[in-house]
Amino acid sequence: MKTGSKIFQWLDERFELTPVIEFMSKKKVPLHNHTIWYYMGGVTLFLFIVQVATGILLLLYYRPGSDSAYESIRFILTKVNFGWLIRSIHSWSANLMIFFAFIHMFSTFFTRAYQKPRELTWVTGFILLVLGMAFGFSGYLLPWNELAFFATKVGTDIVGVIPFVGSFLLELLRGGEDVTGATLTRFYGIHVAVLPAIFTVLVALHLLFVQRQGMSVPENLKDLPEEKMREMPFFPHFFLRDALLWMVVLNVLLFLAVFYPWDLGFKADTFAPAPAGIKPEWYFMFMFQTLKYLPAHILVFEGEMIGVLAFTVAGIAWMLVPFWEVKSRKGMKKNVMMITGVAALTFIIVITIIGYLS
Amino acid sequence: MKSFLIIIWIIAAMLMLISTRSAAQDKNPVFETDDCIICHIQIEMMPADFHQNDIHLQEGLSCAGCHGGDPSTDDPELAMDRERGFVGVPSRQETPEFCGKCHSSIEVMRKFRPRIATDQVEQYFTSIHGQKLKQGDKKVAECVACHTAHSIMSANDGRASTHPLNVPGTCKTCHSDPEYMKEYDIPTDQFENFTVSVHGTALLDNKDTGSPACNDCHGNHGATPPGLESVSHICGTCHANNLNYFSSSPMEKAFREMEIHACEQCHGYHEVIPTSDEMISVGEKSVCTTCHSEGDVGYTAAVEIHKDLTDFVQKYNEAEKKLQEIKKKGMDDVDILFALQEANQTLIHTRTLVHTFDPLQVEEKAEEGKEKAIEAINLARQEIEDFYIRRYGFGFATIFITIFVVALYFKVRSLD
Repeated sequence: MKTGSKIFQWLDERFELTPVIEFMSKKKVPLHNHTIWYYMGGVTLFLFIVQVATGILLLLYYRPGSDSAYESIRFILTKVNFGWLIRSIHSWSANLMIFFAFIHMFSTFFTRAYQKPRELTWVTGFILLVLGMAFGFSGYLLPWNELAFFATKVGTDIVGVIPFVGSFLLELLRGGEDVTGATLTRFYGIHVAVLPAIFTVLVALHLLFVQRQGMSVPENLKDLPEEKMREMPFFPHFFLRDALLWMVVLNVLLFLAVFYPWDLGFKADTFAPAPAGIKPEWYFMFMFQTLKYLPAHILVFEGEMIGVLAFTVAGIAWMLVPFWEVKSRKGMKKNVMMITGVAALTFIIVITIIGYLS
Repeated sequence: MKSFLIIIWIIAAMLMLISTRSAAQDKNPVFETDDCIICHIQIEMMPADFHQNDIHLQEGLSCAGCHGGDPSTDDPELAMDRERGFVGVPSRQETPEFCGKCHSSIEVMRKFRPRIATDQVEQYFTSIHGQKLKQGDKKVAECVACHTAHSIMSANDGRASTHPLNVPGTCKTCHSDPEYMKEYDIPTDQFENFTVSVHGTALLDNKDTGSPACNDCHGNHGATPPGLESVSHICGTCHANNLNYFSSSPMEKAFREMEIHACEQCHGYHEVIPTSDEMISVGEKSVCTTCHSEGDVGYTAAVEIHKDLTDFVQKYNEAEKKLQEIKKKGMDDVDILFALQEANQTLIHTRTLVHTFDPLQVEEKAEEGKEKAIEAINLARQEIEDFYIRRYGFGFATIFITIFVVALYFKVRSLD
């Protein structure tokens, strides 16, 4: 018996691996017009792995603190071998990860893959997107540059308008009244410890749900007889296709990092006035821009507060789609959900574009 | 419950006490206790230039502190009784001694400002202003003319007429008024010239208080026009190296013999224009050709010095251009920046050495600077090379990834 087989047997005896392998080998992926969307989650996962790998490498040299953060990133960019590449890939990959997470979410929504029995897969997926955005927000401040400093100031100001708990949350986030070195160390802790821990657990759960329940089949194919349903095995057919796409994405990442290296900007000057044209990261733009359009007061309430509450309610409603969608009237169901999805997507795209043009 | 309410009441009462006390503290007590001020406010006869932040008032010195009298009575006759020390408003001639009562006494002044000078009056009478005042001239500046009478503030206070940024404006009040200055036979375009000078633009436009105002060259209380001998010393207080080089150069003797002002001859005085390397050349903007002509030693020196300078500046500019290119490409500019900073320091030193009028010394320094600039250029070239190596690296990585992707593709096809 070969050594490999011996090791497997040793492990199998203790952990009963054979049923798991059998389950995996029998796992099938349905083939149809919308199969392409199945790859989006995989790409997001790949980009998350890239984030973890590059993030760990950056940790080796990054030093949090208002006197050292900017300098350490500058050191990474200029003195550390391939530091420029790692940092640029980390920044680009973060943005692409959020981008693909959005595509993954909307494709799931439009193919209605969130329906029973995959409600919790949808909920965990949505929470992962929110956490991904929190990753982006906390990571944005870490270089301690001018843009990040003021964007964080504006971003955390928004938290302050939440009724009752706003000022408490604001101080909790900032570690004081203003954005200072204390905020930076907090964001650092959140970015490299708190969020990764929660994120990893949720990713594991999300993947477990997907593996356990298999891929969702679009509604129009659900009623097809089993012999007419086209499928391919997950291992190795789908897995190799996934790997192929990951390699293409990796190449795109390299291209972006080499030809469009992520700018470091100027070091934050906490006493300087905010420069013109401070904008948040693109995935926050639709919320930021909407809040700008709201009047100062709506009835007796602060306009910004109403906006923040409205986004919170909308986010929760979106997360709970699988639960309230079922209650819609039959016949109208598909149209209502389709209109909701298209409206949400159009709103996000249009407001984001306006945000960048204005 | 009852005791709880009592505690609340006590806290509220304490808070009210604290707040009332703060309000009273904020207000100068003089306004409530000094009958001169109380009455003069009531009858609306306060001095036109009165300011409640006046430094004397802030230190508790009210009207009687200067004008005498009795501020404790509201009877005007008693309050302004000569027997009670009332001296009224001093004439212009009396003003220096009037202020000097306190300002010339170290015993009085040390209570307020232990390190303040007490020789202002003495110095004042050495100035042209003071001398003319003694001769009976009622138009020349005395204390009040520059410091104001009732809105005097520390020279560090931005609102003070004597703050460095406000000094040119204060002097200008008289010195730029041709009608007022008519009888003195001195120019009135100093302020106009100063505003376009390097000093004036730095001070007035860029608010750089390190740049000299009128008093920095002419003196404060002992204000007097610098004589022929002292011009270079005045410039030299800030431009020490330039003066040192000049003093030990052969030009110093020649200037002295020809009775030419050392610095002013080439740079001007109130309208000191920004210097350029063209000044030490034989071109249109040359100041050397005023005295030197082709064939003489000075002329040859000007040609050589100008060539050394322009060669160095050319290299320096080339290095700076490369630095911009590096920045644009997002490459490492730290070491280039350091090399350029050193080159810049050497350039400043080389330009200062021009005042030796010695081509050899200038050439030596310029060569040193050129080497620094060349070092920066070489570093920049290396970075540009690295920039392209990254692209080649990307090209190789793409080839490998593509091969892998194609292999995967064929593998997938074979599985299907």
